[in-house]
Amino acid sequence: MTATTHETVTGSDLDLLVEAGDGALVAVPRGGRLRIVDLHGNQAADTLLYDAADVRNRYSALDTVREQAAVFLTTGSRLLSTRLDELAVITDDTVGRHDTLGGACAQESNVVRYGEHTRHQHACRQTFLAYGAPAGIGARELGHNINFFMNVPVTSAGDLHFEDGLSAPGKHVELTASRDLLVLLSNCPQLNNPCNGWDPTPVRLLGWWT
Amino acid sequence: MSLFAMEVPGGAAWSSPVRAGRLVTLTALGDDANCSVLLVAADRVDRLNLPDTLKAQMSARVIAPMVLMSDRGLALASVVASSLDWHDALGGFSHPAHLERHGPTSYAADRNDWRRSARTGLVSELTKHGLDERDLHGSVNFFSKVAVTDDDRASLTHVTGHSRAGDTVTLRVEHDLLVALSTAPHPMATGAWAPAGVRVEVSHAPEVDPATDASWCFRDESARALEMSRRAAA
Repeated sequence: MTATTHETVTGSDLDLLVEAGDGALVAVPRGGRLRIVDLHGNQAADTLLYDAADVRNRYSALDTVREQAAVFLTTGSRLLSTRLDELAVITDDTVGRHDTLGGACAQESNVVRYGEHTRHQHACRQTFLAYGAPAGIGARELGHNINFFMNVPVTSAGDLHFEDGLSAPGKHVELTASRDLLVLLSNCPQLNNPCNGWDPTPVRLLGWWT
Repeated sequence: MSLFAMEVPGGAAWSSPVRAGRLVTLTALGDDANCSVLLVAADRVDRLNLPDTLKAQMSARVIAPMVLMSDRGLALASVVASSLDWHDALGGFSHPAHLERHGPTSYAADRNDWRRSARTGLVSELTKHGLDERDLHGSVNFFSKVAVTDDDRASLTHVTGHSRAGDTVTLRVEHDLLVALSTAPHPMATGAWAPAGVRVEVSHAPEVDPATDASWCFRDESARALEMSRRAAA
């Protein structure tokens, strides 16, 4: 863990270590800042945002991408909902860009991508469903997520692929909530592509609610 | 063999169950048509998942012979023919906010020429089937292209003039579906309000030989999704 991380943790309202393959459901009040720290580097943090007052009003990847007329998320990106409400803004980013087109891994999509032998490997969709259930977030409420720290280049030729991440140990991204939010996070357990550097590691969640 | 054909006027929405083994051919009836399509699986929970579709087939657009895949890894439909080399999968469907530049509209003022967004139309269609806004997911915008620039942020620009009257795309339905579509303009389109209609034709698909079929042979990922749909119907 870097010195920077220790320095900024002072006075935080949330300090939660999310182990590789685990998840979290965090309530972030309007104006609150949530920082996700990639402790060991190249760790995809699959993230969904919900309006705490109505989980049908959820993060929308395609609406977010279209309204900013750019694929990658970084400082200044407004994270929009399926009703075009601003749920949060990325207010700090020491990585530079994050993916929101790659979606989450699932047992079933692992079978499609890598073959039947991966069916019983742990995957983000299970984590989303398990941590979302207490808030009424089920399969119908799972939209297309953000992959913080993940690198999915898209080209003018219309290609898309997963590459080794741009992140590094101690890098972070920070959101400021535009309304009361529920943040549903899956710390990705994917072992079959470079999105986690082939070795899933923990991330740290820090929050300041003032 | 054609089972039925119909015209969906520009700016309208439509939905229907379509059984596995059918072809659905969409034909643009004017220039710069847009057809925002959602696919919902037989259980009405599983549905088209664009990120999974794109990453499994390493593409940022929808082209033939790609397979359109669901949240649960089924092949819902295969793109078996297309006169265009790009159908948009990044731009999402239009919202009421995208229509504001055309001025106020209402049924009272404009009767059936009133302007409604794709979201309004798609939610209306979903609601008829007991679904609602939770079932909105990323749409394929057939006949539209949003170009990607090779810059730091992968900037996006809607391409005017991408499609012409007569352009077509054919989906082979691989799993019993609810198909919902809207012919409202693409949300990034900048022109005057003149949405083109789309002809929808449903016909019997010829028998598929996985050893030679273009979608089965496209990529290992495409074939595995098709195999999962075959098992779901077993």
